[in-house]
Amino acid sequence: MTETEPVVTVSNLIKQFGRFAALRGVTAEFFGGKLYAILGDNGAGKTTLLRTLAGLNQPSSGEVTILGSSKFHDICQQVGYMAHPSLLYDEMSGMENLDYFARLYGITSSTRGAEVIRAVILSVGLDPDLVRPVGQYSQGMRQRMSLARALLNDPKILLLDEPFSNVDTHSATEMVRLLARTRDQGKTIFIVTHQASLLEHAADEFVWMESGKIVGRTRELKRPASSGETAR
Amino acid sequence: MSAPTGITRATLLKDLRLEWRSKDAINSMLFFSLLVVVVFSFSFDPSAEESRQIAGGLIWVAFLFAAVVALNQTWARELRNQVLDAYRVSPAPANSLFIAKTLGNFIFVTVLEALMTPLFIVFYRLRALGPAWQLLLVAVLGTWALVVNGTFFAAMSLRTRSREIMLPLLLFPISIPALLAMVQSTTAILNGEGARFWIVLLVTYDLVFTTVCLLLFETVLNAE
Repeated sequence: MTETEPVVTVSNLIKQFGRFAALRGVTAEFFGGKLYAILGDNGAGKTTLLRTLAGLNQPSSGEVTILGSSKFHDICQQVGYMAHPSLLYDEMSGMENLDYFARLYGITSSTRGAEVIRAVILSVGLDPDLVRPVGQYSQGMRQRMSLARALLNDPKILLLDEPFSNVDTHSATEMVRLLARTRDQGKTIFIVTHQASLLEHAADEFVWMESGKIVGRTRELKRPASSGETAR
Repeated sequence: MSAPTGITRATLLKDLRLEWRSKDAINSMLFFSLLVVVVFSFSFDPSAEESRQIAGGLIWVAFLFAAVVALNQTWARELRNQVLDAYRVSPAPANSLFIAKTLGNFIFVTVLEALMTPLFIVFYRLRALGPAWQLLLVAVLGTWALVVNGTFFAAMSLRTRSREIMLPLLLFPISIPALLAMVQSTTAILNGEGARFWIVLLVTYDLVFTTVCLLLFETVLNAE
């Protein structure tokens, strides 16, 4: 794959839940080493688009191609996914959680797994020696541990759904810095968020969604003229 | 990627660790089974001969109902915080998850049986007239029959609104041949009669349903 080829291509993507169409023909190309902020009101289809890219929703029609493959299973090793819920076991510590998820990606003690896990926990500003279960973490700590889980397999593509929700401003700014550094290493990052202002200087492109469609893509945090209100 | 056996082992150990910390499944199963033993022992006062006739049915029905509690719990903890999605986006094979969950449930139900069987023996004054080691074989085969289907159907009812009710509705009818074989073989062994036919039926049931569940589990896991 050359640098000018898109890493993610979405072609006439439609996703229906019963009679409700959450995505209504989304077509777009996304390039490597960029940070995309996906914005829009509730119900615009942002999360559905992200879950479809993550292989969790099957398209009703249309096609998703990631890193040249339309079969998610072929490239899942290259994708990191963070959802709005933490995707962590509340009864286990952060280290225990990440140790388990690392094994799903073939990162075990024989491949310096413990060092990888410690490094990724430190990178999100948490203490790997924290023994208390994740259920007793603050919401912000949970979000950061969840981000650590998504970064665990050193993915080329990161799909993040509301990573800054309930995170204090300082921690959110730190997370944005980490994500910008990750992008600078050549990774492609998609962030669904309602806190667009946090990404004002970090995002390469703002992708605006409305009623299951992409209604505009801007370089600056400015809602395209064709859609309703101005950016918050 | 880790070998599927490594992922199965990691998932099984994780489930055992979670159960050890929460004790959600084992406590509920124990209290339920204990209630069955006590209530029935107060309701009836069977002779040793009568006990041998009814104990097979009583024991296995109690274990079946108690197992449903564990089966519901095993997937419920994967739904909290949508952790199952983290497994689904990973390269780990679906069947590693299924085998780990089935083995975990097998261990939980076996622990329950090990704790409750002595109570059944005492309360119902049971003494096997046939070879007692065959009871062990029936217990292993019967427990596997319950948990392999139970784990599968619990996963199937995962996204339904009333999954606690849906599981017995799906599981009990399909378990009837296995339950019949478990009850008849237990009763036959307790009464000193041959149980070969019922044990062969249990082995066949286990092989068929384990194969079918393994073939279909990936579809069930990724169903929306």
